[in-house]
Amino acid sequence: MAEQHRQPIESGTPDPFQYMHPTFIKNFGNWAYHDRPRPGVLHHVAKSGDEVWTVRVGTQRQLGPYEINLLCDIVDKFGDGHVHFTIRSNFEVMVTEESKVEPLIKAFEEAGYPVGGTGPSVTMISHTQGWLHCDIPGTDASGVVKALMDELHDEFISERMPNRVHITTSCCQINCGGQGDIAINVQHTKPPKINHSLVANVCERPSVVARCPVAAIRPAIVNGKPSLEVDEKKCICCGACFPPCPPMQINDAEFTKLAIWVGGKHSNARSKPSFHKLVAAGIPNNAPRWPEVAEIVKNILHVYKEDARDWERVGDWIDRIGWPRFFELTELPFTKFHIEDWRGSRRTLNASTHIRF
Amino acid sequence: MPKDPKLHATYLPPMEEKESSKPFHPTPNLDELETGPWPSFVTGLKRLAMQKDYGNMMVDLLGQLEHSYKTRLGYWKGGTVSVFGYGGGIIPRFTELMDSTGKPMFPECKEFHTLRVQPPAGNHYTTDMLRQLSNSWSKYGSGLIAFHGQTGNIMFIGTTTENTQHFFDEINDYGWDLGGAGPCVRTGMSCIGAARCEQSCANEQKIHRLLVNNFQDDMHRPALPYKFKFKVSGCPNDCQNSIHRSDFAVIGTWRDDMKVDQAEVKKFVEAKGRKYVVDNVISRCPTNALSLNDDDTLDVDNRNCVRCMHCINVMTKALSPGDDHGVTILIGGKRTLKIGDTMGTVIVPFMKLESDEDYEKLVEMAEETIDFFAENALEHERTGEMIERIGLVNFLEGIGVDVDPHMINHPREISYVRMDDWDIEAEKWNQRKAEAAG
Repeated sequence: MAEQHRQPIESGTPDPFQYMHPTFIKNFGNWAYHDRPRPGVLHHVAKSGDEVWTVRVGTQRQLGPYEINLLCDIVDKFGDGHVHFTIRSNFEVMVTEESKVEPLIKAFEEAGYPVGGTGPSVTMISHTQGWLHCDIPGTDASGVVKALMDELHDEFISERMPNRVHITTSCCQINCGGQGDIAINVQHTKPPKINHSLVANVCERPSVVARCPVAAIRPAIVNGKPSLEVDEKKCICCGACFPPCPPMQINDAEFTKLAIWVGGKHSNARSKPSFHKLVAAGIPNNAPRWPEVAEIVKNILHVYKEDARDWERVGDWIDRIGWPRFFELTELPFTKFHIEDWRGSRRTLNASTHIRF
Repeated sequence: MPKDPKLHATYLPPMEEKESSKPFHPTPNLDELETGPWPSFVTGLKRLAMQKDYGNMMVDLLGQLEHSYKTRLGYWKGGTVSVFGYGGGIIPRFTELMDSTGKPMFPECKEFHTLRVQPPAGNHYTTDMLRQLSNSWSKYGSGLIAFHGQTGNIMFIGTTTENTQHFFDEINDYGWDLGGAGPCVRTGMSCIGAARCEQSCANEQKIHRLLVNNFQDDMHRPALPYKFKFKVSGCPNDCQNSIHRSDFAVIGTWRDDMKVDQAEVKKFVEAKGRKYVVDNVISRCPTNALSLNDDDTLDVDNRNCVRCMHCINVMTKALSPGDDHGVTILIGGKRTLKIGDTMGTVIVPFMKLESDEDYEKLVEMAEETIDFFAENALEHERTGEMIERIGLVNFLEGIGVDVDPHMINHPREISYVRMDDWDIEAEKWNQRKAEAAG
């Protein structure tokens, strides 16, 4: 007899109240204000007068039982047993007594976990799966983040940027790492290399043709077998054909490069949300520490820190000083590739005499 | 030097304590990521590779990852793995790295699947629950968990096809369910919101669970044209990146006057100085809706406040959102593939969420949207791309929403459009206005 399968319980997203800090439950929807007593610590005051201090801790995002127990032991010993993860994988521990804050911080620091990521700091880099687990990655994610956070550690644990800095990484041009003040994304520079003997068996050809953003792919018979061919003059090397058709190998040890984009912002504060813009490309995918990426990112951060005013995000700052000044201050080359030619691109051109000298 | 090296991110037990049988592969590239002040995922992977169960899997995982670092190429391919009764929620990974005889170079990790699991709304956990999830995963998988992936899932990384079912059965029994993968409604995200934040204008966790849990069938059995994401932020700071990153963004807002505690304003001006307040608050208002009075109190032109949150972010004690809360809904945000990035477009400028009927209206709106998406989007097309292709007006007619000037930055600039129904359309607007006036 066939094994009886267990029916799934389609419970969906769990109710958070069963795990929430009791002071959160008690004051749900009734908070008065907050401040930040020091980098890495938030202090929220409820209308009832209740107070909560949150200690924010940077992690590797990928945690095993050792890390989970190490962190949870600290929380159980010095905290209240409740934690929260931010969208950028920071680990937050809440306590209702101010006296518990310093011992908590000390315990995390003694265990090698940085406390910070609040306010105008460089918070944890949001990252994707990369070589560890993705099926289409042009680079690693955890490694890039680890290498960069080593370099930016001092900016994580302090609050000395003009405003918060969100850095993101993505291992392909789909950019699942998302928009960022600074985004470090794979940029392919050569068309896919097609393994024609596999295409017919592995790929649903019409879907692959439909996937191309610039209609550069067409069905073809190659060596007597149904396959696909790429018009390499049209191809923008985006890699969109690779996920539905792995024989269209887009990743390359040499020609898969990294590009850096700046000025993306999710928040509606001051200006409307914005997309990040290209500033640098052609950067080698230089594992294991990507020093060329780190150098450019640190330079941009340095210039931003020096030149931006309080509360200006990277995009706000460039809106004020203009792109020519950005390229002047960062000493990054401005090329023909910075000029948009995608749909709607005319709106990105300067149709005015607004020019800074 | 750490106070107790055994209780430190850099700790690796001595080799004689290694319980896995397979020796480590040399990993000179990865080893370089074990230095530096940030906690190292490589050290974490090595600790997992020393475990008795699944240690060999992680030894080989490290081997394959090192190989990727050397060749700068990835070596995983997808496939089809699912648990009984569901069609999605697992990211199957099979190694593609074969030796000259066609056998896996790193056979112990030849199957290395991830289970995507929906976190509690707002990402709250107890340490007990984290340990329980960790224990279950160590029983059936590598022990490696990512908190959280970019779609918001808890990702349990690294197990065999067979164990996906066992692990799911165990955690599903104590309240955890798989998330979305493939062309389906995806795992939702919501900010900490009302639980801790004074800027929250909505019950984020309720909206999140109501919406996402209404579509569990569409999550677990992928049958949509492409993915569909819900994200909920409690205020326009949009911590959940919902405008950029979700098909259906629900963002808390308010429509009465923002609250000003003038005594606190005066204290703030006294503490920071007038110049600071003018430079960092007054002049940063995007619609010039703020003015500092001679007596150091604040004037707010509330009719022209666009709820951007900046002044409230700076003066957290003196300023806060109003009391008449609701949400703005934007539809159509997505990342680059295929037409380029799109942000969500305002579809509902304000929706009150108080009564059960209000919440039902929200769910109905999501149902209309997903139904229309399912019927009209092309294969692999997101809502934002569909709207771009068919035009916003066709989408609005499809889901039964009237046009509204809040949906646009500015009206049409090009005269090339046929407008012989102008009078009828103008009359619709007049009628709606008359109805609204009662």
